[in-house]
Amino acid sequence: MIEAGQAVWMAASEQDTVVLAELLASWAMPGAVLALDGDLGAGKTRFSQAFAGAIGVKGIVNSPTFTIIKEYEGRVLPLYHMDVYRLSLPEADELGLDEYFYGAGVTIVEWASLIEELLPPERLQIYIEHLGGEARRIAVKGIGAPYAQWCQQLGAKGASRL
Amino acid sequence: MTKTNELILAIETSCDETSVAVIRGGREILSNIISSQIETHELFGGVVPEIASRKHVESITLIAEQAIAEAGVTLRDLSAIAVTQGPGLVGALLVGVVAAKSLAMALDLPLIAVHHIAGHIYANQLVHEIKYPCLALVVSGGHTELVALEREGSFRMIGRTRDDAVGEAYDKVARALHLPYPGGPHIDRLAVEAADETDLPRAWLEPDSYDFSFSGLKSAVLSVINQAKMRGQQLDEPALARGFQASVIDVLVTKALRAVRAEGAKQLLLCGGVAANRGLRAALAARCEAEGIPLLVPPLSLCTDNAAMIGAAAHLKFKHGEFTTLNMKAEPVLSLEEWSIGRGGHS
Repeated sequence: MIEAGQAVWMAASEQDTVVLAELLASWAMPGAVLALDGDLGAGKTRFSQAFAGAIGVKGIVNSPTFTIIKEYEGRVLPLYHMDVYRLSLPEADELGLDEYFYGAGVTIVEWASLIEELLPPERLQIYIEHLGGEARRIAVKGIGAPYAQWCQQLGAKGASRL
Repeated sequence: MTKTNELILAIETSCDETSVAVIRGGREILSNIISSQIETHELFGGVVPEIASRKHVESITLIAEQAIAEAGVTLRDLSAIAVTQGPGLVGALLVGVVAAKSLAMALDLPLIAVHHIAGHIYANQLVHEIKYPCLALVVSGGHTELVALEREGSFRMIGRTRDDAVGEAYDKVARALHLPYPGGPHIDRLAVEAADETDLPRAWLEPDSYDFSFSGLKSAVLSVINQAKMRGQQLDEPALARGFQASVIDVLVTKALRAVRAEGAKQLLLCGGVAANRGLRAALAARCEAEGIPLLVPPLSLCTDNAAMIGAAAHLKFKHGEFTTLNMKAEPVLSLEEWSIGRGGHS
């Protein structure tokens, strides 16, 4: 059985969301996959930008909605930033996403639940919920040993454990 | 200025469209075939070519053959092969790059790597006379950029979006209003028909910045929709569309005109797919006229992704003999400034 863990991060401000992104970035290793979901405007791209900054991506990280995938050279690790909203499952399948998932960098997939079947079995699932203003409830679920460990570590950093 | 009359076969596969064109002397379009223009249903059994690179593979040969046939030339008449090197989807770019390399090698012709945004800007050269220095506002699904051109083929990026591109912002707002994809034309239409206008914020960023940000505007639109829902009120969708469009246009036009003045530009070039937006064209035309700045806009068919614009940009490199080698690689992230004429151009 694959090890799993969960945590909930309550962000009162955008800065709190940035702190979460920075924590996760500090633990990220090559081949890490972050599956990101949440409504339009929940702050998925904002989270990705904070994560990118934390792994040393210089310059602007903007939305990959139109291009589907944007690649960045981070100081620590490469970042593959995806938005699969526009893709159907067969289209996503043809893109050969495994090259990224099992590549040398970290992959962040926005709207990941749309291609759940194609995601690697071990990953960190993040669901961002809009609570009005800058407040967000961010539910994190780690599937696989390293990610379950991340959830435990988040608990130590003030996230509530489920 | 040296006049050349070369024939360039240009290939564009950076995103959804597979396109091949034959261009003479950087200006004259002998053919410009775009996948969506072909009877795709007959050719592909109902599948419309889209994102996946496999679709580019399926259509590239067919489209290249048609481009050659329509141009009324033979492969032996060509002077060079040009292809979009980036930016774009690597899998999609790769198809065009491999096709271009194969043709260049088989025909023993020089190969020219083209920057996609340079293509959008030089689409104007196919229909207008560009005067320097000028300023280009590139607005499309994936790009929102202000580019200063001091002289032909010299690019300086002075502003870009920090989050959503204009086209993306339109699509996301359209999604929230349950309008079909792509959302731009629908919002544009609603905005034109609207009786009222919802007041929405403008993101000016720092006073001296030419960068753009549309995610705050997107959030403001979503908040109006949610409030109406919570109060059980009927949402005035046309007014919201108009308010959204007014905010986008206000920021684009104001920043573009400020940059035109600061750069001493003789012309403003509007390019990219969002140049089709009637509201944006009208507002830019009015402001440019008031300030005595000529506004250049390519016809719609040359605003969206196409290979003719790649041929027009390739002409610059051809004139200066800046060719690339068969080792050239597709680059999903490619700097426009480094692509400038005289900066090497060898990859």
